[in-house]
Amino acid sequence: MKARTIALAAAFALTATLSAQAADKVKIGYVTTLSKGPAAIGKQMQDAVELALDHLGKKMGNLPVEVVYVDDEFDPEIGKLRSEELVKKDKVDFVSGFIWSNVLLQARQPVFKANTFLISSNAGPHELAGKECSPWFFSTSWQNDQMPEAMGKYMTDAGIKRVYILSPNYPAGRDMVAGFKRTYKGEIVGETLTPWPQHADWSAEFAKIRAAQPKPDAIFVFYPGGAGVNFVKQYAQSGLKDTMPLYNVFTTDSTTLKAQGDAALGLLSTMSWGPDLQNDANKRFVADFKKKYGYIPSFYAAQAYDSIMLIASAVKAVNGKIEDKEAVRKALKASDFASVRGQVKFNNNHFPIENFYIQEVVKDADGNYDTRIKGTVLLAHADAYGAKECKMK
Amino acid sequence: MTALLLIEQTLNGLQLGVMLFLMAAGLTLVFGIMNMINLAHGSLYMVGAYCAALFLEWTGSFVLAALLALPATLLVGLVVEIVVLRTLYERDHLDQVLATFGLILFFNEAVHLVGGAEALYLDLPTFLKGQVEIIPGSPYPLYRLVVIAVGLAVALGLYLLVTRTRTGMLIRAGASNRAMLSALGVNVRLLFTAVFGLGAMLAGLGGVMAGPTVSVQSGMGENVLILAFVVIVIGGIGSIRGAFVAALLIGLIDTMGRAFMADIMGLVMSHAAAQTAGPTVASMLIYLLMAGVLFFRPQGLFPPRGR
Repeated sequence: MKARTIALAAAFALTATLSAQAADKVKIGYVTTLSKGPAAIGKQMQDAVELALDHLGKKMGNLPVEVVYVDDEFDPEIGKLRSEELVKKDKVDFVSGFIWSNVLLQARQPVFKANTFLISSNAGPHELAGKECSPWFFSTSWQNDQMPEAMGKYMTDAGIKRVYILSPNYPAGRDMVAGFKRTYKGEIVGETLTPWPQHADWSAEFAKIRAAQPKPDAIFVFYPGGAGVNFVKQYAQSGLKDTMPLYNVFTTDSTTLKAQGDAALGLLSTMSWGPDLQNDANKRFVADFKKKYGYIPSFYAAQAYDSIMLIASAVKAVNGKIEDKEAVRKALKASDFASVRGQVKFNNNHFPIENFYIQEVVKDADGNYDTRIKGTVLLAHADAYGAKECKMK
Repeated sequence: MTALLLIEQTLNGLQLGVMLFLMAAGLTLVFGIMNMINLAHGSLYMVGAYCAALFLEWTGSFVLAALLALPATLLVGLVVEIVVLRTLYERDHLDQVLATFGLILFFNEAVHLVGGAEALYLDLPTFLKGQVEIIPGSPYPLYRLVVIAVGLAVALGLYLLVTRTRTGMLIRAGASNRAMLSALGVNVRLLFTAVFGLGAMLAGLGGVMAGPTVSVQSGMGENVLILAFVVIVIGGIGSIRGAFVAALLIGLIDTMGRAFMADIMGLVMSHAAAQTAGPTVASMLIYLLMAGVLFFRPQGLFPPRGR
């Protein structure tokens, strides 16, 4: 019994020394949706990560990089399980990815508990920005509310007096409504939260909007992925497109435009990035992405690319000593890399302070559907929760 | 205003109802006659929509694509029946559920490989776009009216097939007493294959007709499948008439719930709470109905006679 205890202690001591040794490679676990309906989004993110690795010469600092992709199957429980495996079994140094807020909210605990940095490439639930902000969390996307805040401001400035809101009933959907209400100064005639993700027919909602009193001037929606395809097609078929303009967040992007077709033409959305955003890093990213994969990247891809570039900048800044977590955190916080989103700084809760643009769906010269930035809505915009609710400095 | 809204929502409910009927008709026949649980029925719906989208890209004509998609789905259905399901008729339900669930996974990945991860483009031809003002001042999408018309026509056709023809008689006999039918010298195996093919084609038709209004992507059949099971449980397993009535009932209840539940709840609670809780309660209504039917009339509303 005693011998076993000693052996066990020795084994522990050995692992302790091993883990304290300098890392010989950087291991990143990437969690995204690679099966089921939203697989197109996950595929874009995976493509973008691979492109980032190409651009980095498969090295961060002097260390080789290994990326382990896992599929969350669009399910919070599975996302949690796979993330736990990443930190426990694969012993990754960074976890990144996450399309869905509900998946991220479930998956974060095991990652934080293992003292591993989590860099969100997309999801930005308000919990992580406010009271539950974490020193282990960083985002290369946005806090959910920021995007509808930009749209609320744009619609107020455009003189739109009355709006009807439609959004799915899950954490991100509720964040979108909260963010919109924060900046929109007109009247909200009605608001319907539809079940998520099974809701696929909006005929009842359209009839309701048409009958709403007073008559709304416009509709504001958030329907990401396949739901956005359904929604935009039915919106055009219902005839509302000719009478009531639609403003959206995350509903018209390059993962959905092909399937939406002409139904999406002319629709306006707000975004923190666009394929036509003018900066050197973005020009290179978009050109190389199109060349390598033959399609136009979406914001999901751009943010995934930035996640890898952020990690690379930090690994380089600490000269590959990624076991010094404090130094890595400082380097991540510095955000010292050429982001495809242009100038980006981190708020105290590690969500970006960045610009937000209004963009329109167009058909380009080759007949492809794409988005064009029409103007800047918010400059260096910080989220609403960091300063108020997050205790981190 | 409210009366107009009620009429419009009734049309929406009817449209959802006939779509569900197309799915449920095949499911109830297969379940009723062969005593076979086929979870992959939703996959055939997806196959229908995918075939239509691919044929549209190929031929450029929606009508042609839709017409080609039906025999294509029929073919897929027959292959599935002959290769996989035949070996399962004598097994118990758990084996059938496992095997057909496997088929769902197979089809979801298969369409991924064929059509790519992105949702496919399937849009209406110009002559089906646009709206009709059946109620003055309240335009209604023409295509949804077409869906209702096609759905009702198919329902009528099926009704005539089942009640007025010799094949229909055999189908009814199969639903009532399979062993006796077989003893009388009817080739039950051939009948099964034919019925399954018919069911597959109806599911495919549902997929084709839903394609232009929804996102054509992997896994699109699963939500519809659950609703179709609710329909056949309420209608009585094996009964076409039951499936028809239950499908319309569910379509109407679901649509009315979504349209008016929030406002009704607003009468007894705060507006904000009602707006949040309304849609959630509305999406539960059909399951409450199913629970009620199972409690008071476990055999369903219109069970086939002779059981």
